[in-house]
Amino acid sequence: MSSKPRVKVPKTASAGEVIVIKTLISHEMESGQRKDKDGNPIPRKIINKFTCEFNGQPVFSCDLDPAISANPYFEFSAKVPESGTFKFTWVDDDGSVYSDEQPITVE
Amino acid sequence: MPLSRRRVLMLAAGAAAIPALQLLPGAAFAAAEDVAAMMADFSGGKEPQAGKITLTAPEIAENGNTVPISVDVASAMEGDDMVDAVLILADGNPRPEVATFHFTAMSGSAAATTRMRLARTQNVIALARMADGSVYMDKKEVKVTIGGCGG
Repeated sequence: MSSKPRVKVPKTASAGEVIVIKTLISHEMESGQRKDKDGNPIPRKIINKFTCEFNGQPVFSCDLDPAISANPYFEFSAKVPESGTFKFTWVDDDGSVYSDEQPITVE
Repeated sequence: MPLSRRRVLMLAAGAAAIPALQLLPGAAFAAAEDVAAMMADFSGGKEPQAGKITLTAPEIAENGNTVPISVDVASAMEGDDMVDAVLILADGNPRPEVATFHFTAMSGSAAATTRMRLARTQNVIALARMADGSVYMDKKEVKVTIGGCGG
């Protein structure tokens, strides 16, 4: 179960400025280490990959392992050379892909 | 020092914990060789140097389910002075891998923050691999009050 990701990108920046981006997505990140009440292992189901692109160019990405907390949060920086769109994607173990886009204007 | 009741209980608990730990190295928790192998794999066999990378983690984490950690690598992120990737490991978790961050020239700076799980008190290790192949390391011990990997 996953809801719409939340992403915080400034609306505007000056050319070449390094901005800070914060992202949060709801996901239980089931580690595969836990057992249910009958003692059977609960299968792993996590988001295993996060990527951020700006106008199609890779900015930042992360390979996630089960040790990342539920509702994965990332804070990282990005250089903004021109106006454009940041695209964020999260890839689930089950193959689902969640994504979000945020525009930014260079003044 | 006189032996108080509390101290006697602590000693007893400690003594009981030692054989319990010896019974399951590798079974429930990662072995030291695994961590060393992962570090060597990431660094391409190079000995990690101190400096450049700063790992920020709380000294005491009350809840091992969400422990905020930050890494920051001193780098211009241009030309040769570039951070390729940062690997985070936790040497006392059932599986030591936590995350691998990949940076590019578009990152502007090699810094990232996330939240991780810690099963018990242990070391968190951050390794940075630079574009020229050199590897830098930082390590912090985090004391965990409530473990974060379920039963």
